[in-house]
Amino acid sequence: MAFDKMELRETEVWDGNFAAAQALRQAQVDVVAAYPITPSTPIVEGYAKFLADGYVEGEFVMVESEHAAMSGCIGAAAAGGRVATATSSQGFALMVETLYQASGMRLPIVLNVVNRALAAPLNVNGDHSDMYLGRDSGWIQLDAYSPQEAYDLNFIAFKVSEDHDVRLPAMVHQDGFMTSHTAQGVKTIDDDTAYGFIGDFKPMNDMLDFDHPVTHGVQTEEDWHFEHKARQHNDLMTKVMPKIQAAFDDFEKLTGRKYNIVESYDMDDADVTVVCMGTSVETAREVAKEMRAKGIKAGVVGIRVFRPFPFEEIKAAFKNVKAIAVLDRSAPGGTPGAMFNEIAGALYNTDDRALLSGYIYGLGGRDLTKAHLVDLYTELQANVDAGKVTTPLQQFIGVRGPKLAFL
Amino acid sequence: MQNNGWDEFEIGAMLRSFDGEVKDIATTLQEDRNYSSNNSFTASVADWRIEKPVFNKDFCIDCQFCWIYCPDISIISRDKKMIGIDMDHCKGCGICVEVCPTNPKSLLMFPEQADEEAELAGWPEKDKEEK
Repeated sequence: MAFDKMELRETEVWDGNFAAAQALRQAQVDVVAAYPITPSTPIVEGYAKFLADGYVEGEFVMVESEHAAMSGCIGAAAAGGRVATATSSQGFALMVETLYQASGMRLPIVLNVVNRALAAPLNVNGDHSDMYLGRDSGWIQLDAYSPQEAYDLNFIAFKVSEDHDVRLPAMVHQDGFMTSHTAQGVKTIDDDTAYGFIGDFKPMNDMLDFDHPVTHGVQTEEDWHFEHKARQHNDLMTKVMPKIQAAFDDFEKLTGRKYNIVESYDMDDADVTVVCMGTSVETAREVAKEMRAKGIKAGVVGIRVFRPFPFEEIKAAFKNVKAIAVLDRSAPGGTPGAMFNEIAGALYNTDDRALLSGYIYGLGGRDLTKAHLVDLYTELQANVDAGKVTTPLQQFIGVRGPKLAFL
Repeated sequence: MQNNGWDEFEIGAMLRSFDGEVKDIATTLQEDRNYSSNNSFTASVADWRIEKPVFNKDFCIDCQFCWIYCPDISIISRDKKMIGIDMDHCKGCGICVEVCPTNPKSLLMFPEQADEEAELAGWPEKDKEEK
């Protein structure tokens, strides 16, 4: 079966969803099993259209739930195909059981997660609740802050995930609506170059290899389960980051676009810094520049790789910083934010431990405005001047009513 | 339990059925297959059984019903001749006895500890047709 190539302009105007769909086409994904959900729907819809129009050689499997969607992806990946799908929010939540199956079975599936809040109350807008829900699932999690990055990181995800030393599924995250539905200029890669970057799918223990029959998805009890989980964790902790770095390096050589495991902006001489993910990173970068004009040495750190957690890179990024605000865009449910806790864990045993405070913001798509960030940087500078954290450790930004703060 | 460490097995919740490459496995008899130690063929589940089937070849007509219906592939048939039961994998469900059409039946269930020779010697007579 042949397929047509698509002529792309050097720069196309794409939203994050269409950028991801184009990446799935260029990766020539064999199987997409999907149950579309807002705001990720156009990704799988786009793949289906490319398939129907003869621009990709593959299969689109319509299923009856997100649980079935990921189950279909697992079956197709075990059979030996390049597999991807997309989801958000409630659909992601329904997928969780199968996410653990996919990673435990070491199947290289790429899942585009268009981040959206979790009900109740029902909400279709972007926050990081679903991304956080996947953080212990054993997947690689990459975070895109813009349509360009949603496009680029899909290629990185396939390349790393399918590597035989890795063989772990990968999520590419982007913010619901703010990235997924906001059209921007996206620098494209031509079809052959894009496909060549990932390369042909190299099967491993595939069920369609009839000369070497395998059983996938076996049961183990107290006798073997621990060893399997230990192996998976070992590979996440030791093998994935070098492969991601190598893929970033190759990608930079190919396109000139440079990605880092932890992104640092204006951090060389920063006293105060915000660390966050998603579209907030771009807002914070703009405000940091403005704060510098006011004499506050502000910087921004963006987490590009959320899993495996970049423990060492975070230690390096915050060296010599005096105050850090960690922004968590997920309802913490009775604890400090997850990223606050993890960054605190990374920095606790360092000598130059900065003043650390946490902020909960943007739930259900609530805007994080520049004014919020100006106040935040001003607060951080006050902490530096006082030599201690002058505010509660957990504050809510942008919520109506009396000031909400804890700890 | 084998004493292998976490770094000593293939990744994935995956087991190989056979050691090495196999060709034309569908036409290879079980006894000639190179089953791996992970394959359930190499494990015995005989101790699951409370009752066992006993086969009496004197009455068998080789209809293959038992072979078709056995849920655990435990009826051994070669060249369409019933030759016995795989007692390592039979779980004693009794389906083979249920489907056996001969009179008397060529397969009957007995307690696991029953002596096969004695049971064969005392096999039931053919049921008389009632007029």
